[in-house]
Amino acid sequence: MTSLRIAFEVLVWPGLLGAAAFGFLYLWIARKLSARLQGRRGPPFYQPFFDFMKLLGKQTVVPRGANTSLFYALPFISVGATVFGLVIVPVPGNTAHSFPGDVVLLLYLLEMPVLCDVLAGYVSRSIYGQVSAMREAVMSLGYNLPFLAAVIAMAEQAGSFRLGDLQAMPFGPVTALAAIAFLLAIPARLKSNPFSIPNAEQEIGPGAHMEYNAVPLAMFELSHAMEVVLLFDAFFVIFCPSLHGVGAALAYVLAGMVLIVLVVLIAVTTARLTVTRAFRFYWVWGGVAACAAMVIAMIG
Amino acid sequence: MNPIARLISIARRKSPWIYTVNSGSCNGCDIEIGPCVSPRYDGEQIGMLRQGSPKHADILVVTGTLTKRSRQAVMDIYAQMPSPKAVVAVGSCPASGNVFAGSPTIDGPLDKYIPVDVWVPGCPPRPQLIIAGVAQAAELLASGRTADQQAKARAAR
Repeated sequence: MTSLRIAFEVLVWPGLLGAAAFGFLYLWIARKLSARLQGRRGPPFYQPFFDFMKLLGKQTVVPRGANTSLFYALPFISVGATVFGLVIVPVPGNTAHSFPGDVVLLLYLLEMPVLCDVLAGYVSRSIYGQVSAMREAVMSLGYNLPFLAAVIAMAEQAGSFRLGDLQAMPFGPVTALAAIAFLLAIPARLKSNPFSIPNAEQEIGPGAHMEYNAVPLAMFELSHAMEVVLLFDAFFVIFCPSLHGVGAALAYVLAGMVLIVLVVLIAVTTARLTVTRAFRFYWVWGGVAACAAMVIAMIG
Repeated sequence: MNPIARLISIARRKSPWIYTVNSGSCNGCDIEIGPCVSPRYDGEQIGMLRQGSPKHADILVVTGTLTKRSRQAVMDIYAQMPSPKAVVAVGSCPASGNVFAGSPTIDGPLDKYIPVDVWVPGCPPRPQLIIAGVAQAAELLASGRTADQQAKARAAR
């Protein structure tokens, strides 16, 4: 029975299928909304799903000189880590129990897709991929300051590194400040404007995925879609008030919609920053918000 | 046809990703390809996206006469694209050489070197026609009638 339940959690909800459905929905909203804001009609509802299916049906080309097993493994590791992360987050409908230290595990799992992207850029031996990998690694140093500090401030306030305790914590000044720091890091984590530095189109092509195609590329797309869901899940669990039953499910969907709309609004109204400026933004403004949250958590 | 193959076939029709290569065009056709993804014509409605890497693309869009210098580059890019793939030749130049016909520096027509699935005539063709050409190529991909897919099927037999 337990193994059946675990299989359900990994494959259906909150794991692979459910997260993929939500992820593709978010990606479609992002594409549709940015199209509407630019005065275009935008793609139909099923577009991200059909893009994914089409890539699955293509023949894979591995660049000469690339490490074939690593080339194939990276996207699957990225998907696997994201699914693992999704399963441990106590979103509505997830029956898995929160355990001490799961916050730390979640933070590491959130870092896995980034690491896989960086390695993918180098493994593909493309010069564009390498530039993108370098930028992504630098960016991750930038946005992780406010991101990690926000989560640590919340954990300090709650006095534990359990997601369940963070979820149950009442709303206060620390929550507000840490939420701001966390929100600042979201566009960079999703590589959307103005922080679309690692995948800067018209500049370095598709970035780290330059040489990826067919099934491995499809897996990276899937991983990106689920990464969006995982990030929104983390925000929902750590910062949104905890509810029960239908209220929780509604709040979950609502939080996701608000976040994706915010990300798209920022993306379509800004232009890409340089690495230095983005880095300075995170270490100054993200740092201020995170430090304030940390100080209040320490004193209060 | 099993359900997965059927789904992939529909997906190929709904998601044509293009990669454009200028093989010696006067830039007229390239200027007409830009508006295909702009607000007025918005090719994204049919899932058409411009990709920055030939490895992500399903459809190679070639503009201009095939010059002797660009011949090898076009053939390399075509070879880099993962199958199944289609080729759309935009403008009169890839077909006939157009005003450059008879020049010692041009080579062609394009289908002497890579198999062309859809010819889009015009000098330059309008964006609607280019989108229609891409949609037709996507249709060919879905039904397995592109030159690339037919060659693969013949080899398998």
